[in-house]
Amino acid sequence: MNEVLVIVGRLSESFILNCKLFILTLLFALPLGMIIAFGSMSRFYPLRWLVRTFVWVIRGTPLMLQLIIIFFGPGLLNMPFSWPSGESGRFVAATVAFVINYACYFSEIYRGGIESIPVGQYEAGQVLGMTKTQIFFHVTLLQVIKRIVPPIGNEVITLVKDTSLARIIANKEIIMMAGEYSNKGLIWPLFATGIYFLVFVGGLTILLNWVEKKLGYFRV
Amino acid sequence: MAFLEVKGIEKSFGTVKVLKKIDFSLEKGEVIAIIGPSGSGKTTLLRCLNFLERPDKGSIIVNNEVIFDAMDPSTQRESEVRKKRLHFGLVFQNFNLFPQYTVLKNVTLAAELLAKERPDYKQNKKAILKEIQDRGKMLLSQVGLSDKLDCYPHMISGGQQQRVAIARALALDPDILCFDEPTSALDPELTGEVLKVIKGLAERNTTMIIVTHEMDFARDVANRVIFMDGGVIVEQGSPQEVFGNPKEERTRQFLARYKKH
Repeated sequence: MNEVLVIVGRLSESFILNCKLFILTLLFALPLGMIIAFGSMSRFYPLRWLVRTFVWVIRGTPLMLQLIIIFFGPGLLNMPFSWPSGESGRFVAATVAFVINYACYFSEIYRGGIESIPVGQYEAGQVLGMTKTQIFFHVTLLQVIKRIVPPIGNEVITLVKDTSLARIIANKEIIMMAGEYSNKGLIWPLFATGIYFLVFVGGLTILLNWVEKKLGYFRV
Repeated sequence: MAFLEVKGIEKSFGTVKVLKKIDFSLEKGEVIAIIGPSGSGKTTLLRCLNFLERPDKGSIIVNNEVIFDAMDPSTQRESEVRKKRLHFGLVFQNFNLFPQYTVLKNVTLAAELLAKERPDYKQNKKAILKEIQDRGKMLLSQVGLSDKLDCYPHMISGGQQQRVAIARALALDPDILCFDEPTSALDPELTGEVLKVIKGLAERNTTMIIVTHEMDFARDVANRVIFMDGGVIVEQGSPQEVFGNPKEERTRQFLARYKKH
């Protein structure tokens, strides 16, 4: 019994890394995605082409591969830059890879949301003498948010589970921790990790439903 | 000089010439109805007046002030355009109400944003906002929607939405109110209530330009009728002249189709 408590304690501890990675990724990728989205809609053609190519590369290659390249790349290519040594360096590298990857996915969702707003909404704002900024913040933004909550929610839920990929560069997250026990012949901790993810995603689902309901007072 | 002078407006989209040298004028308090087949350039003309399209040639003069001149880039600067476009109001074919705001907020939003630019805004904020609210309520009662102030657009009928859109366009007190086929997206039952509101405005001497396919309404409400086809004004005159005794063969052809029903 005592052993079970110890294992649950260690699993919970390692799950904190998953949670930290999750929160930091959202914190940086949500705004960065907006910048990438504006880049991919730019009327300056070279910029648009560059951004869209970048998004294609990031979305077109596995996140696991991106983690490896971002972590080992600087050393292998003899770049003057290197990650801090030890645990913190591995975590920072993982966060950077996740932020870039998720920002690209978010940017496409933003772009779709912004482009789905009927042009009549902009024109109605224009003929009423609003500036472009006023139209964005007072007319279109909330409509865009309402439209993108479901697809963003989908990505956010995927992110929860993707955080396990950080183990590929030796971040001691929950599944890696459970793996250490299964190597010793103890299999149940591996199954137990599923409960952590289920509970976390359950909480998120409730939150996302609440947001959707809050925005249900109008139709777009 | 007339209150509105439109001189030599031309507009092409790619290689398609949509407007070919449009000239007309409008006096204060006058109502012009623009009729004509689809694709004749009516809507583009309205959009040019409201700065939603930039004419390739020509000029627009309101109350002796040149508000647009294709030859003079200084009249086309973004900040200039923003102020000058407020001479005109526009009611769209498909309303374009802001879905996330109540009926009242739809009417007051633009005025509230503009008020922020007033130098005395900070001191008199409360009084200014109150005034805007009161004006919004007054306009909504004028279009018969006093009981819908707190509704959201999806909760009311198309005819009611279009009446909100009219109140919204009136909120900034434009010199000239333009309508782009205001009843084309409405079923016949709802058309009447919108036309009644526009007629009420005409009786109060609101200066208006109305693009419409409602011939009886145009005859009834307009002081002058313009018939457009192929990007040119084919004929213009009083409703009696254009409808009763059209001079041009093309006008006769067009009107004949409407007389059949």
